[in-house]
Amino acid sequence: MPSEPSHIELRTSPHMRDTANVAMIMRNVVYALLPVCAYSVYQFGVSALALLVVCTIVCVGTEQLFCALSGKQSTTGDWSAVITGLLLALTLPPAFPLWMAAVAAFFGLAVGKLFFGGIGYNVMNPALVGRAFAQAAFTVPMTTWTPAMAPGRFTEFIPSTLTRPFMTPAPVNEWLGRVAADGFTGATPLALMKFEQVSTDAVQLLTGSVMGSAGETSALLIFLCGLYLIFRKMMNWRITFSILLSAYLLSGLFYLINPDVYPDPMFTILAGGLMLGAVFMATDMVASPETNRGIWIYGALIGVLTVIIRLFGGLNEGVMYAILLGNAASPLITRISQPRIHGATRKETTAS
Amino acid sequence: MDPDSMAFIFLQAFLINNLVLALFLGLCPFVGVSAKLETAFPMGLAVVCVMLVASLCAFGINILLVYFNIEYLRLICYIAVIASAVQLVEMTIKKFSPKLFRMLGIYLPLITTNCAILGMALFQTFDEYSITQSLAYSLGAGAGFMLALVLMAGLRERLELANVPDACTSAAIAMMLAGMLSMAFMGFAGLGG
Repeated sequence: MPSEPSHIELRTSPHMRDTANVAMIMRNVVYALLPVCAYSVYQFGVSALALLVVCTIVCVGTEQLFCALSGKQSTTGDWSAVITGLLLALTLPPAFPLWMAAVAAFFGLAVGKLFFGGIGYNVMNPALVGRAFAQAAFTVPMTTWTPAMAPGRFTEFIPSTLTRPFMTPAPVNEWLGRVAADGFTGATPLALMKFEQVSTDAVQLLTGSVMGSAGETSALLIFLCGLYLIFRKMMNWRITFSILLSAYLLSGLFYLINPDVYPDPMFTILAGGLMLGAVFMATDMVASPETNRGIWIYGALIGVLTVIIRLFGGLNEGVMYAILLGNAASPLITRISQPRIHGATRKETTAS
Repeated sequence: MDPDSMAFIFLQAFLINNLVLALFLGLCPFVGVSAKLETAFPMGLAVVCVMLVASLCAFGINILLVYFNIEYLRLICYIAVIASAVQLVEMTIKKFSPKLFRMLGIYLPLITTNCAILGMALFQTFDEYSITQSLAYSLGAGAGFMLALVLMAGLRERLELANVPDACTSAAIAMMLAGMLSMAFMGFAGLGG
């Protein structure tokens, strides 16, 4: 008895078997960010929560508004604006006034992403564009740090959080006097290292019981969240790995030269925003190079620039600028790292 | 780092006080020629050449001007020197690469009025650099201009396929990109100081 004729499905490439799409990957990045957000709320209380909520709402709202104005179908469903909002909030100081955060979020998303044509066309990470803008525009609030685990952090806002729009933030000194321990200097581990050569214990840096931006304090947690994305193959591990490796090697070299002045390499990769930057910021799929060879160059560039700005620059933190510069250089890196066409001589490859 | 050392002067002009991205000089050719990498790179080289020549000449002329006590002629002398240096480069490019000459078009003679070059010559005079320091400074300034141009060209080539809204096309998006690059270069502030 002849069996039912089996079907051969004829289709043109790409023959996709995976159901992964932009919205799904972005949603997973949000999942990976949630523990970091939750921990930052636990550390810094309602102020950090308000910061996260405001940044996310402004980012999504900006995208929605822009799509409505330009008569396009709304693209907010792809979750990427949510990521930008969360990432931006995580890089801001917990006591950052909410109206400034809203301005930064609007600027980052509008100028960093939407003006270039929306998702897939941004040349730099929108969250970092927003942060760089905030750093340039609101220098003092961007460098006002408050202690983690302050008593009463779940019941009251840090005074500067609720500043009315276009007003200078309320001073936090009086509040600090109530919540902070005696001898509180308001210096982050990186600032302590740079200006007083005081290193901070690695365990403290790993668990995040130190000062810093809302989400950059616990290196271990960020790393674990990054591992989730790496195992789901939703993030290129080479970026993170090459940034951390190059930063470790370069700072290790300086540490060997003069251990009294330069921080030890472990401190370099755990302190400040390097972990958050290497895991969630530099791995922006659009703004990093397209080839794997290029990605190694890109990562090394970011790691090296970070260490150089931290050790020799006027600022004590350089991750943001290093990643922005890496983003800026990534089209060129893609260009020089094209694989050689098999059988072609060098000249033909570059000409094509 | 010693602020008078040649390495620091080079670094200062190359990254920290990048003429385009930190001092906002020479934006006209920066926006005009940065659409394609194959014009941006030669343009950068041309500017480096003109800067080197102009820097040397400006150093010599300044000595004469100071000797005869006629410093008020400085501006016009420098412009004349820059214009002749540009002519030199222009003739060379026209002779050796007519294609490139056509591609650069009006922007090649326009290097004459590039305020980055005049600015470089005036800064080196005001800072009273010696001849070696002047050379380091002009080389750094030229290399910085080239770096900005090449970075910008890479980004703009990528944007060719982007779905940029009508209101932000060509020069508008270029200025915004320049602003973002400039924000990224703020990270170099105070480097080595």
